[in-house]
Amino acid sequence: MLHTLSVKQMSEKLHAGEISSVELTQHYLDRITQFDPELNAYVTVTPELALQMARDADERLKNGTAGLLTGIPIAHKDIFCTDGVKTTCSSKMLDNFIAPYDAHVVTLLKKAGMPILGKTNMDEFAMGSSSESSYYGPTKNPWDLNAVPGGSSGGAAAVIAANLAPMATGTDTGGSIRQPASFCGITGIKPTYGTVSRFGIIAYASSFDQAGPMTRSAEASAWLLNAMSEFDQRDSTCLEMERPDFASELDNSLEGLKVGVPSEYFGEGLEPEVEKIVKDAIAEIEKLGATIVPVSLPNKDLAVPAYYVLAPAEASSNLSRYDGVRFGYRCENPKDLEDLYRRSRAEGFGAEVKRRIMVGAYALSAGYYDAYYLKAQRLRRMVRDDFTQAFEQCDVIMGPVAPTPAFNIGEKTDDPTSMYLADLYTIPVNLGGFPGMSVPAGFANGRPVGLHIVGPYFSEAKLLNIAHQFQQVTDWHKQTPAQYQ
Amino acid sequence: MSWEVVIGLEIHAQLTTKSKIFSGASIAYGAAPNSQACAVDLGMPGMLPVVNQAVIAKGIALGLALNAELGKKQVFDRKNYFYPDLPKGYQTTQMDYPIVGKGYLDIEVDGKTKRIGVTRAHLEEDAGKSNHGIVKGMTGIDLNRAGTPLLEIVSEPDLSSAQEAVAYARKMHELVTFLGICDGNMQEGSFRVDSNVSVRRPGEPLGTRAELKNINSFRFIEKAIEFEIERQIDLIESGGKVIQETRLYDSETNTTRSMRTKEEANDYRYFPCPDLLPVIVTDEVIDAVRATMPELPDAKRARYISEMGLSEYDAGVLTSSRAMAQYFEALNKHTGGKDAKVCANWITSDLAGALNKAGLEIAQSPISEAMLATLIARIQDNTLSGKIAKQVFEAMWNGEGTADEIIAAKGLKQITDSGAIEALVDQVLAANPAQIEAYKAGQEKMLGYFVGQIMKLSGGQANPGQVNALLKQKLQA
Repeated sequence: MLHTLSVKQMSEKLHAGEISSVELTQHYLDRITQFDPELNAYVTVTPELALQMARDADERLKNGTAGLLTGIPIAHKDIFCTDGVKTTCSSKMLDNFIAPYDAHVVTLLKKAGMPILGKTNMDEFAMGSSSESSYYGPTKNPWDLNAVPGGSSGGAAAVIAANLAPMATGTDTGGSIRQPASFCGITGIKPTYGTVSRFGIIAYASSFDQAGPMTRSAEASAWLLNAMSEFDQRDSTCLEMERPDFASELDNSLEGLKVGVPSEYFGEGLEPEVEKIVKDAIAEIEKLGATIVPVSLPNKDLAVPAYYVLAPAEASSNLSRYDGVRFGYRCENPKDLEDLYRRSRAEGFGAEVKRRIMVGAYALSAGYYDAYYLKAQRLRRMVRDDFTQAFEQCDVIMGPVAPTPAFNIGEKTDDPTSMYLADLYTIPVNLGGFPGMSVPAGFANGRPVGLHIVGPYFSEAKLLNIAHQFQQVTDWHKQTPAQYQ
Repeated sequence: MSWEVVIGLEIHAQLTTKSKIFSGASIAYGAAPNSQACAVDLGMPGMLPVVNQAVIAKGIALGLALNAELGKKQVFDRKNYFYPDLPKGYQTTQMDYPIVGKGYLDIEVDGKTKRIGVTRAHLEEDAGKSNHGIVKGMTGIDLNRAGTPLLEIVSEPDLSSAQEAVAYARKMHELVTFLGICDGNMQEGSFRVDSNVSVRRPGEPLGTRAELKNINSFRFIEKAIEFEIERQIDLIESGGKVIQETRLYDSETNTTRSMRTKEEANDYRYFPCPDLLPVIVTDEVIDAVRATMPELPDAKRARYISEMGLSEYDAGVLTSSRAMAQYFEALNKHTGGKDAKVCANWITSDLAGALNKAGLEIAQSPISEAMLATLIARIQDNTLSGKIAKQVFEAMWNGEGTADEIIAAKGLKQITDSGAIEALVDQVLAANPAQIEAYKAGQEKMLGYFVGQIMKLSGGQANPGQVNALLKQKLQA
């Protein structure tokens, strides 16, 4: 079965001429047709585009201009603008939006020769931790159709877990790659802020948003990160420096690795089964030669409140452009300008988006700016400094990605605060802009649990090395729900 | 009891870049609506701003010219509000960390110099235009102007009359055009002056101000402020109160009328734009800008007067624009720098007159500095008389060639051969015995008559000096 191959095997077979990209792509398109109706992981499927790109890839494979990823299909989160294809951000607001340009990531992966299978479902405008806020309905967790896949990149995580794509892109503002990766039992990495260009990625919170790969294995993530990151002058926050080969350290030994384990990541709220899985995984890494160092992140609890001031503040401004004037949803028969604004936005945005816009606008308003926005910026620095200090004592930090495995659909939709707390371990990493990843580490009641690995700036190759070595002695990342095997 | 007038100006100078402040779209004026608005300008999803580095150098140049504190760290902020011609729902501007901090500009009014404080100048993007009434009942949005780079220059409320306000505005206009950072075109909105006007009794706190917007000539700005001062004084003296509002000037009636009141103060929810990093300006960049700064008008005027011996008037005319000064300095150089006054005269009289008549700018002059220099040289080497030189100038203006070509083609060379001149003198004297008698009887004005006759006979080409000398010699003989 083609979908049981690893990305590395696919690449080898494509290059050896044993399979064609068209074959491989058609196989995934068939699986999407078969399984996506129950998972709702894709917002848009693009068979014609995928097959055209697969034919081009096969051409390159024949004429010797193919790279490692040429011919391997990919699914893009519906937050990446794709030229000529609908890009909705899972919002009614953009239900009719077809971008006339590609996000830089899409450009790079097109150049790499990766056929686009379609666009994956997500929380509306990436605001959420369950993919339930999508205008197109929730995506289901392939491991348990009653469970959420996590969010906001829930569709991406689900398509990897259910083998409806071998590789996927995601974005992570407060945990949106790592948490769904954990919930769906796949590998995902959020690189250092500024590694991947944000050009053409629909903005949620600009100073946090960062794109990254979502795949089964760390090795595949390393390859995809190599392909999707380079300096891009169209994004002023994109780092102007040479990117290392993120796959170059995969085979390094973990001998002498110092793993920081913060006590604050194992406190109240963490489900005991998750705690056990994470501790077992850390013990496994210890066996590979690492030493454990207790570290402290004393300001961890400030992260969620700081994030829920700053991210909505940026979002409230970033989403002002959706006003019904130039593109996107426009209300019927507006009676005047005010009415056009009010109704287009009231009808076009979902509840969570509106909530965050209101929270953010409030935090920025005159008289509250100092008490909320500026104070949150100070907290953000404190949280970042915690990590910086911890990294003086260790190479990486490990802990849980989320306090629980995937929760049930509908379980937290009426309680935004409990939903926000699903990200309490991932958000601090975004506040600091550090790289972090989720690696499959076990199952609690049949639902996957990920190990969270966080490193200092530009330590992606190290994180991927650790994950890869872990995946040489475990097979959590190879597991697939029975019906999608 | 007397009144004290307090005026502060906010000037929006559009910077002369090729492209917009945060995108690569052109800023050329007058293109078809929305033909110069790219995805970034339209605020399309996923689009990001990138600072056009050209605006930084231009802002720094103004800061240097105003002896101002320079923004070595600048931060772009978002000013959030909804309007159809503001595509992103926010304007990107500089709040707490502007490119130019406190500085000053000296103005002259009634022969006295007054120092006017400049509070700050910051970079920002312009909005688009809403065109009401193109289609009945509809508003057309043209986003060509959206993202055009502006430098907003804010003065201290140091101006105490309409005259001072206009002197300041003119001086700032001169400065930005001289620096080449703004084309200064007020009709096209490249240089917009908003005036904040209030009145108070001496010693009392500041009065409520009204803002006069969108006035596109200095003359009307002066009139509008004068009217507004009168209006406010009359209002207060008759027991009324000035309200804070924006007022429009109507040049037809020479009055101002209320446009909108600022009763509901907008909350713009400013915060640092997370898509842009702070701009750090190094000393090297500042030095590089300083090195390419032109000599400023005040310094130029002073030098023209003290070093070149020009009159204040001539110095003023020659520094009225950078192009004018460049022309003068080039001409002066071509003529060997010997006679700046002669150069100045040619420019301020003949050339300026011809340009004015043809409606041309100095940069469009059909007579180049080199051509005019040759003409002046031909006067100085006695090839041409001053009078004939004007003829040659006209011919050059009409494109008939260089001075030398025209002199040769028209045979305009001055007659300096003393034999030839003596023949002319003799001929005229022989024909006018009665006049000789009169001259000898004491009518000295007859000398002028003879000179005139001789010059006429020579077709204006005889050297007048030689004619005079020979004539006197003959008459005394």
